[in-house]
Amino acid sequence: MSGTTQPAGTRRDWLLSDTPASRAQARWGRRYQLWLAFRRNPLAVAGLAVVLAMLVLAIAAPLLATHDPGAQSLANRLQPPSAEHWLGTDELGRDTWSRLLYGGRVTLGMVVAVVILVAPLGLVVGCVAGYAGGLLDKVLMRVTDVFLAFPRLILALAFVAAMRPGVESAVIAIALTAWPPYARLARAETLTIRNTDYIAAVQMTGASPWRIIWKHVAPMCLPSLTVRVTLDMSSIILTAAGLGFLGLGAQPPIPEWGTMIATARRFILEQWWVPVIPGLAIFTASLAFNLLGDGLRDVLDPKQR
Amino acid sequence: MSETPMIEAAGLDVHFGSNHVVRDIAFQVAPGETYGLVGESGSGKSTVLRTIAGLVTGWDGTLRVAGQQLGPRRDRAFFRRVQMVFQDPYGSLHPRQTVDRILAEPLEVHGIEGAEARIARALEEVALPRAARFRYPHQLSGGQRQRVAIARALIADPSVLLLDEPTSALDVSVQAEVLNLLADLRVARQLTCILVSHNLAVIGHLCGRLAVMQHGRIVEELTEAQLRAGEAQHPHTRDLIALSHELEG
Repeated sequence: MSGTTQPAGTRRDWLLSDTPASRAQARWGRRYQLWLAFRRNPLAVAGLAVVLAMLVLAIAAPLLATHDPGAQSLANRLQPPSAEHWLGTDELGRDTWSRLLYGGRVTLGMVVAVVILVAPLGLVVGCVAGYAGGLLDKVLMRVTDVFLAFPRLILALAFVAAMRPGVESAVIAIALTAWPPYARLARAETLTIRNTDYIAAVQMTGASPWRIIWKHVAPMCLPSLTVRVTLDMSSIILTAAGLGFLGLGAQPPIPEWGTMIATARRFILEQWWVPVIPGLAIFTASLAFNLLGDGLRDVLDPKQR
Repeated sequence: MSETPMIEAAGLDVHFGSNHVVRDIAFQVAPGETYGLVGESGSGKSTVLRTIAGLVTGWDGTLRVAGQQLGPRRDRAFFRRVQMVFQDPYGSLHPRQTVDRILAEPLEVHGIEGAEARIARALEEVALPRAARFRYPHQLSGGQRQRVAIARALIADPSVLLLDEPTSALDVSVQAEVLNLLADLRVARQLTCILVSHNLAVIGHLCGRLAVMQHGRIVEELTEAQLRAGEAQHPHTRDLIALSHELEG
């Protein structure tokens, strides 16, 4: 792209030009406008910053960890924060800071995995059901209803109990219960889009239903789905941590945030920092995703513009 | 008419659920002719157009385009031949696609080569500036949007153009521009058109013959000369004429 090589002042002009000279310029211009709108909401920017910081910390865990997250030192158990152990040690003398970093990989990794599984599935099911209508719509929506009828944590519990407890089972279990709301949302959006004149105009090109869904309907559903996914991230984190806490998610030596609270909960009165620190991490991540989602909704939701 | 009509409808009925919105419509449009459908809102005129376009299910009767009988599903060749311009230019362009993308879509679907040149020519044909090519619809005025919609309809070289109140959502000053553009294009491309409008002045400007619709039926069919000479017979037609004089005067 030619614009990236230009100096900053003209790059802004290039992005904000109302006579773009190429598809790419028009697209980047639109994105830049969205970013400008997003930037006006300081809480949302803070949320984005925290989310990005947490992702960077998790990815860079091997570089930033001061200790081996699995190394036990029973002489040093339940230490308060100190210069040697920044956030203290847990009941087996393991360094909490290092475990928090590696735990971020597990917890945030689970969230990302769930979203990658769930969002496309919900989008496809919802768009196809909404666009096709008739029998296909009924079948797909009844299947969705079946999954929607189970309480999330209970179905996840049953599923994990039937399989082997672990990170992968927890991801699949959460994904199984998380997709139906996206399918409903995508279907609702599709129903309003389906009868618009711009879709009628595309139908009049003779395009196939798949092409219409993929290229014209789905892009219109994406913004509201993105907002919903971001707002749901916190509940996915909580479910993942909850499964870990109940002993059905990540299994003990793996430092997952929920598991860390579960094993340390006995010390909540005497050595309160041991369970509180991973709790704070879960709280911060959830809050950051919620703030980010709120900000994205203000920018992306066409009904509010 | 001696030659095969380009568009032919006979005994056309359309139901929306239990609503019988179009009743026993019959008309013929010769190649190169522009045929008008006038009526109040709710008279079923737009439904007739959308039925021909294949956007309405649940109709029966006979529809022929260029002598070929139309079934419930239209094939790609049909859409190559028949195109439509919608009433509301604010709703008929995809809000997330640039003009360029909107115009490229029919070319991609039909596998037509030379998109670059065709899009440039299509914009020129509807008198849109080159600068508009990579804009989004929300960056264009109503008249410009309707020009984009016309360019989209014409880019795959159709022979039939269905016009559903193409100017009623526009400012009066822009209406005339768009109507003149349509009149020019119709001659240049030898298009057969059906124009739906509630405005007799618009119909009279473009159409050689017209039908007046009321409650889903055609109550009267007359030529533009008869309309101008005040030879309308049916009371509803006279009402519409009186109304349009009132609005003008």
